[in-house]
Amino acid sequence: MVRFENVGMRYGAGPEVLRDITMDLPAGSFHFLTGPSGAGKTSLLKLMYLAERPSRGLISLFGRDIATTPRRELPAVRRKIGVVFQDFRLIEHLSAFDNVALPLRVAGLAEDQIREHVSELLRWVGLADKLNARPATLSGGQQQRVAIARAVIGRPSLLLADEPTGNVDDEMALRLLRLFEEMNKLGTTLVIATHNEGLVTRFGHARLHLEHGELTQERARERQAG
Amino acid sequence: MLRRLDIPLNRDSSVRFLPWIIALMVYLAGLALAGTLVLQGALQRWDRSLAGTLTVQLPPAESGKPDAMPAALELLRRTPGVTSAEPLSREATARLVEPWLGTALTPDELALPRLIDLRIDPTASPDLAALRARLAAAAPGAVLDDHRIWLDRLAGLVLSIEVTALTIVLLIAGAAVLTVVFTTRAGLAVHHAVVEVLHLIGARDGYIAGQFQRQALDLGLRGGIVGLALTLLTLIAIGRAGAATALFGEHVRLLPALELAPWHWLMLALLPLAAALIAMLTARITVLRALQRMP
Ligand SMILES: Nc1ncnc2c1ncn2[C@@H]1O[C@H](COP(=O)(O)OP(=O)(O)O)[C@@H](O)[C@H]1O
Ligand SMILES: [Mg+2]
Repeated sequence: MVRFENVGMRYGAGPEVLRDITMDLPAGSFHFLTGPSGAGKTSLLKLMYLAERPSRGLISLFGRDIATTPRRELPAVRRKIGVVFQDFRLIEHLSAFDNVALPLRVAGLAEDQIREHVSELLRWVGLADKLNARPATLSGGQQQRVAIARAVIGRPSLLLADEPTGNVDDEMALRLLRLFEEMNKLGTTLVIATHNEGLVTRFGHARLHLEHGELTQERARERQAG
Repeated sequence: MLRRLDIPLNRDSSVRFLPWIIALMVYLAGLALAGTLVLQGALQRWDRSLAGTLTVQLPPAESGKPDAMPAALELLRRTPGVTSAEPLSREATARLVEPWLGTALTPDELALPRLIDLRIDPTASPDLAALRARLAAAAPGAVLDDHRIWLDRLAGLVLSIEVTALTIVLLIAGAAVLTVVFTTRAGLAVHHAVVEVLHLIGARDGYIAGQFQRQALDLGLRGGIVGLALTLLTLIAIGRAGAATALFGEHVRLLPALELAPWHWLMLALLPLAAALIAMLTARITVLRALQRMP
């Protein structure tokens, strides 16, 4: 599903922020992506949601080598990936409804289908009464739920979330994790970046641990053991 | 006309100027086009009405010298291809200059040249060079004017005006394209975050470009229609002013009559559409090129 081979990445002419990343995440897997701030979690997710290109190595998503995929076919690949951005990236002038509807509109779905799907999903995340609210009028937790709804509305095969529990209380964090587990049970592959060790141990899914731009599964295990 | 925009382009201050700039451009282009069309029409009419008519001009009669008029008339009437040669009466000659000089002066006091109105058969035109030479011999000081030189000069003038007008229109179009490019780039910069989100959730480049191009088409049309309205108002005003300069009924005017054929009006009406389409295409190409730099 997600395969990296000796992937390196740098921003512009800067130093490598990711080095020799090799991993193979099978379809239907659930990974936490951990590591200290600045370790490269966001950068690794960016490579996965095709916001950045690696400076070396091979990335393949859904069995396709991204480097050789023609540019015009990338939007279709992106539509199979749902992303919860660290800072949500909701569009300020659009209502909660329109924000969540965006992936479907972009994919060219009919407006009546969009209305049905979006209303249902927003109801499901407890925002039935906020359909027309602008993001600025919503609380942090509500914005986060809109962001998650936007990430999952297109039923992505791969869901990437960048510190989705970063600014919600523990109870909300648990609820979100349960939502992600539901999706995982329905077949979605997940990668959740977090530095909430409590959640990681509590849910006990596989872990990708980054230190200084390198995957160090051993150290993570040592740390867990110790 | 505007579908819902995912990108709030219509709130940008930079786009507020675009319709006005396009209005100005359509206005100038419209005037240039109308001017060219009017001049073209006028030139054709002059050409048609002057074909086959010539004027012979004799110097004013001087006391003590034999009158050249009878000799000139005789020569002209004998020439094959000439259908008629009639001297213009003093009164008719005086009437030609009356609008400029009034009636206070008599033709004698003015020492006006005497004119012969010459009609030739356009299909069997005499050799004008030979006729000119013989006329000069028979009536010293006689000048044969076939209006050709005047018409040729006029055609040259019209052509240079047309070239100037076309250059202006091209410069205007270039300026319009640049304006749209800069407005679109400003829009891309201001809304970079939204554009990036759209890109990352799987929007095709064409979808994102569509947002900008619909906006450009809309602004272009609005500006273009304002520009066309200003053009029409100006043309009507010029038409009124031109009619006021009509001297002899409708025959002599200082300004050419504002006579535009239906297809001329159609061309003018297409200007806003052309401007809007240029704006739309420019916005599209600008956005597509910018998006090409995204992974
Ligand atoms: N847009 C950027 N341009 C240049 N350097 C960046 C950019 N984003 C992140 N970095 C650098 O890359 C490294 C990894 O950052 P990041 O992937 O955000 O780590 P994390 O998400 O684990 O905190 C850091 O040293 C950071 O300064
Ligand atoms: Mg980060």
